[in-house]
Amino acid sequence: MCLAIPTQLIELRPGALGLVELGGIRKEISVALVPDAVVGDYVIVHVGHAIGRIDPEEARRTLAMFGTLSELAAANEAALP
Amino acid sequence: MKYIDEFRDGAIAKKIQARLHAEAQPARQYSFMEFCGGHTHAISRYGIGELLPHNVRMIHGPGCPVCVLPIGRIDLAIQLALERGAIVCTYGDTMRVPASGGLSLVRAKARGGDIRMVYSGADALEIARREPGREVVFFAIGFETTTPPTALTIRTAQQEGLKNFSVLCCHVLTPSAITHILESPEVRQFGTVPIDGFVGPAHVSIVIGSAPYEHFAEEYRKPVVIAGFEPLDVMQAVLMLVRQVNEGRAEVENEFTRAVNRDGNLHAQALVSQVFELRNSFEWRGLGEVPYSALKIRPAFAEFDAERRFGLGYQPVPDNKACECGAILRGVKKPTDCKIFGTVCTPENPVGSCMVSSEGACAAHYSYGRFKDIAVKVEVAA
Repeated sequence: MCLAIPTQLIELRPGALGLVELGGIRKEISVALVPDAVVGDYVIVHVGHAIGRIDPEEARRTLAMFGTLSELAAANEAALP
Repeated sequence: MKYIDEFRDGAIAKKIQARLHAEAQPARQYSFMEFCGGHTHAISRYGIGELLPHNVRMIHGPGCPVCVLPIGRIDLAIQLALERGAIVCTYGDTMRVPASGGLSLVRAKARGGDIRMVYSGADALEIARREPGREVVFFAIGFETTTPPTALTIRTAQQEGLKNFSVLCCHVLTPSAITHILESPEVRQFGTVPIDGFVGPAHVSIVIGSAPYEHFAEEYRKPVVIAGFEPLDVMQAVLMLVRQVNEGRAEVENEFTRAVNRDGNLHAQALVSQVFELRNSFEWRGLGEVPYSALKIRPAFAEFDAERRFGLGYQPVPDNKACECGAILRGVKKPTDCKIFGTVCTPENPVGSCMVSSEGACAAHYSYGRFKDIAVKVEVAA
């Protein structure tokens, strides 16, 4: 039910519709709930509607947080005699 | 695929696992409830349970909308199709949930009910436009993620002046369910369900934001970490919960900042409050009647409310006696504690709701976890 996936908005269409693409599959969805979305944005699509956007900067930061963690662990391993 | 694959990296998972093992204190027991079915699914599918230290236990919560839908509600939808001749449209998962008299929507369809699976409420609207001579009812279920699309559907129907479309509204609210669990005797009095914190909903929080959970952190002193549905998100959230417990903190933290902020999607919230209002009480499977836990259609949109349009009266129906879904949804029992799990009750022939959706605790364990329950015997050749 709560399956929703980040897909890229590749075209905006009249009537608050948009075309998204994920791994080569294209589908028309509603962007009425995310009226500020622009082409190129990654939107989270649930039951045929975009319900939110992905913030690329925050995504990078989260990945970097995992990264820091691995650096930390690597440093710990390196510190072992 | 971008924003998916990066959050499934096995090497990073091992690093987070190492941190978890380093930081979880051996003398302590940690019990965290993941509210969302999406998290339950991720935990089973990626074997996250096995990556956690043995003293960190995940309890599956009631966050699968299909699982918490009570029999009486599905009976109403079946009644509309079989007795009132309506075209009933609903999401795929809902079709197989067991109802009264050995029926489900899919079995009612086999008996001649015009029941159609749709991908969204907009599809149901399209059917209503194409068949103006028939009554079309959208059987709408789901948490705060699915509610805004339903609101949009109702508003569109009103703007177009559709005369043959209505919605059987079964939308439920996450925060009231969490409150209900925290207030339950199992948690508060008996301590049979120890909860040290919650992995907070991902997609629900995109819509409602992180603010509604602050109450749990403050009032009940339970940490909440909102997390995405990918395996690294879940592991990172568990690590953040362990840290809060270790430090004696109870705060709302957000691991899913790439899609969730404090306020949520204000546009969607405005639309929902335009179309819906609170129900005084709503029955959940497993939790019983939960006050102010669901939505109904506002009087301004009354003609699109299937309950009023067809004069429906709700009748509660007890669950199958052998089924433990209720206790599983409250976190009291595990799927394997149910004696019909995997024998009488399977995803192909579900007896209880938890076996229906892939996000149900039983279906998730049946699909991904049950083989590890089987003891491995090694026979050494003489």
